[in-house]
Amino acid sequence: MTRLPQIRLLADGKRLHLQDGPIDLIVEAVGSEADRRAAYDAAVQRFNGLLDELCSELPLLRRAADPDRCPLQGAVARRMHTAVAPFAAAHFITPMAAVAGSVAEEILGAMTGAARLDRAYVNNGGDIALHLADGERFSVGLMDRPDASGTMRTIVIDVDDPSRGIATSGRHGRSFSLGIADAVTVLAATASQADAAATIIANAVDLPGHPAIMRCPAQDLQPDSDLGARLVTRGVGELSEAEIAAALEAGAASARRLLAMGLIDNAILRLHGESLVVAPKATEPTALQAPAAASAMERLMHA
Amino acid sequence: MPTEPTSAADDKIRCDACPVMCYIKPGAAGACDRYANHDGCLVRVDPHIVLERTVSHGGRLVPFQAGGDWDGKLVHEPDVFVTAIGAGTTYPDYKPAPFIVSSEVDGVDMVTVVTEGIFSYCGVKVKIDTDRYLGPETATVRAQGEAIGHVTTSEYGSQMLSLGGVHHLTGGSKKEGRVTCDALMDLSNCKPVELTIDGGATVVVQAGYPPIVNGVPEERMRVGCGSATIGMFAKQWHGKVDEVVVVDDHITGVLSEHQAGKVLDIPDSGIKMKGRRSTPGRYFQVAEPGTGWGGTMISDPLSVLGPFDARKARPGLTMLMVSTTGEHAAYYELDAALQPVERPMPVDLRLSVERIQENCEPALCTVLFMAGAGGSLRAGVTDNPVRLTRSVKDALTRVTSGGAPVYVWPGGGITFMVDVTMLPAGAFGYVPTPALVAPIEFTLKLSDYAALGGHMDHVRPLASLKDSTETRSMPSPQSNGEPRS
Repeated sequence: MTRLPQIRLLADGKRLHLQDGPIDLIVEAVGSEADRRAAYDAAVQRFNGLLDELCSELPLLRRAADPDRCPLQGAVARRMHTAVAPFAAAHFITPMAAVAGSVAEEILGAMTGAARLDRAYVNNGGDIALHLADGERFSVGLMDRPDASGTMRTIVIDVDDPSRGIATSGRHGRSFSLGIADAVTVLAATASQADAAATIIANAVDLPGHPAIMRCPAQDLQPDSDLGARLVTRGVGELSEAEIAAALEAGAASARRLLAMGLIDNAILRLHGESLVVAPKATEPTALQAPAAASAMERLMHA
Repeated sequence: MPTEPTSAADDKIRCDACPVMCYIKPGAAGACDRYANHDGCLVRVDPHIVLERTVSHGGRLVPFQAGGDWDGKLVHEPDVFVTAIGAGTTYPDYKPAPFIVSSEVDGVDMVTVVTEGIFSYCGVKVKIDTDRYLGPETATVRAQGEAIGHVTTSEYGSQMLSLGGVHHLTGGSKKEGRVTCDALMDLSNCKPVELTIDGGATVVVQAGYPPIVNGVPEERMRVGCGSATIGMFAKQWHGKVDEVVVVDDHITGVLSEHQAGKVLDIPDSGIKMKGRRSTPGRYFQVAEPGTGWGGTMISDPLSVLGPFDARKARPGLTMLMVSTTGEHAAYYELDAALQPVERPMPVDLRLSVERIQENCEPALCTVLFMAGAGGSLRAGVTDNPVRLTRSVKDALTRVTSGGAPVYVWPGGGITFMVDVTMLPAGAFGYVPTPALVAPIEFTLKLSDYAALGGHMDHVRPLASLKDSTETRSMPSPQSNGEPRS
């Protein structure tokens, strides 16, 4: 195979872009020049061959995860399994549900193992692994219409927050969703955990049997989809405000269970322009700037 | 596992671009979204732009950064202009605007105050070049079933809509506000929006493109009203046909009765029009408005005629009936009973109809974004907001939106209008309140800025933006009229 991963610095000279097959990473490390270089070298080294490693176990990765036993060999594959295992008893879930976050985490781990960094992130198509040294923080903007400028909310994660992973799942992304959420963004301890949990919560945002929701067997769209004949969401028509609230509440119930189990730190659910935030009460004001910012916006509107 | 639909079983292809080796169905893409199955062929989906080919096809190029690497000097090219797009804004607004930038232009230190305004008092005025009936004046205009504006007074050859405004954005239900905000943003970002008008038509509006009325794309604006058309073409018809009727929802023209026909000594034809006669040869209300001939509801033009007057008409008399755009036309001769009978149109009359078509300009939708810069936005520019207003009125301060020229409405406040096709793509955003976020820049002399109480301590040279933002040249305004494809 004459395939070569794409490896380059972006135009700003600061961020690294790594792409191979379906893996597309934006990486940034902040530290001394020597550390940054060492981190990027380590990222590139780990990235080479990573897709082949995953694909060598692809049939197993596409099979429903066993909650108690991991048959996988590779480090990334095993991390994928670990991330989905807590859900495997109650849900159909394959390790593929955590592939993006697990890859991001692996590359971040390679960088932080090779260099002392103040901050670093690996963004794998919206599933993000973070590193923060003391005194550092990240601002993460959430957009609900990527075709428009402006962020809907801003989340600030500082070193005292437990979250080092952010993932978003929903029906608009590259992978299919069994639910109708436009987006479910989850903060969790690791990117792989966030990725798996976002999938589960987004699947739960649903109105089973609703006539305005168009669904289609996953394999009719992608013959080798790990979801097989399961119905994935293709379109969502008009919903009443009560229906939107009911669907969001179904997802929020799932999110609250995961929160209680310690699997996630926060979740933001979005459907048809409505949002719902699930967060532990004590941390909400600091970890999530959104509600405060939104009300500030309300006051500012009559400029 | 259930079996796959039989028809598709053989159509899928296996991608070998990477070890995932996806099976891809026709019309679908692989897991990477980069490779797809196009009619059985594996194709790469993301655009591969070849510079030379773009040049040879006459495509427009935007210089990446005009002068090569940044040389550390202040910008001299007048087309490098810092716009507010993406500048963000601040709360509360008494904080200085995000970027207050100075650059030297013609030896004068200029200041551009760059901010993105949040406008809940905003809307769009839409001009739709068509004679077709879109709906009664003041009728509600809807998007996705929600009221987002209304039909306002017609203009020459065009129907006008007034959409948005604070009443629909924040005065109605939550959904009404959201749908209004989405429609305004899409229209402002030059995207197509389907609008339905109560008691009228469904029209797809996209700035810079022809309107689509009830599924039919409009092609031309009328050359003039029916009466004007008679005036313009009377000489060309003289001697080739005995009577011409230009059917128009507004003023239907009749050649033999019209002043233009009288001057040419065209004899009475005995024609009898329905509708209300305004002045000789000019008729109002020959039919109900609609999407048929000349903006009326009719499909048979003879329905606007009464019986011919037997004292004046004669068998064999010829008559051309045509709409104001030349889109509809028919040719008749009176039979022995003085009944018009349709005949093949003679070539020279066909040419006159084509001449009418040729003189009609392409029908377009145009969208003007209109908003008022409130007191608190102005406070981001200066600590004495009213002085900014006065400075704008005195033409000392130039207001632009995304670098595009604006018209500032006279009177109080800074209420401006801008042609959305003049702004760079994606210039408009929104906040969930709902309200639109639009760029606005105030440019004035540095000395004037100091005099009106500007945030002098926040002024920074243009060169300092280098590290934090990307610069690009703005398209020159005159190049923006071309249709985008």
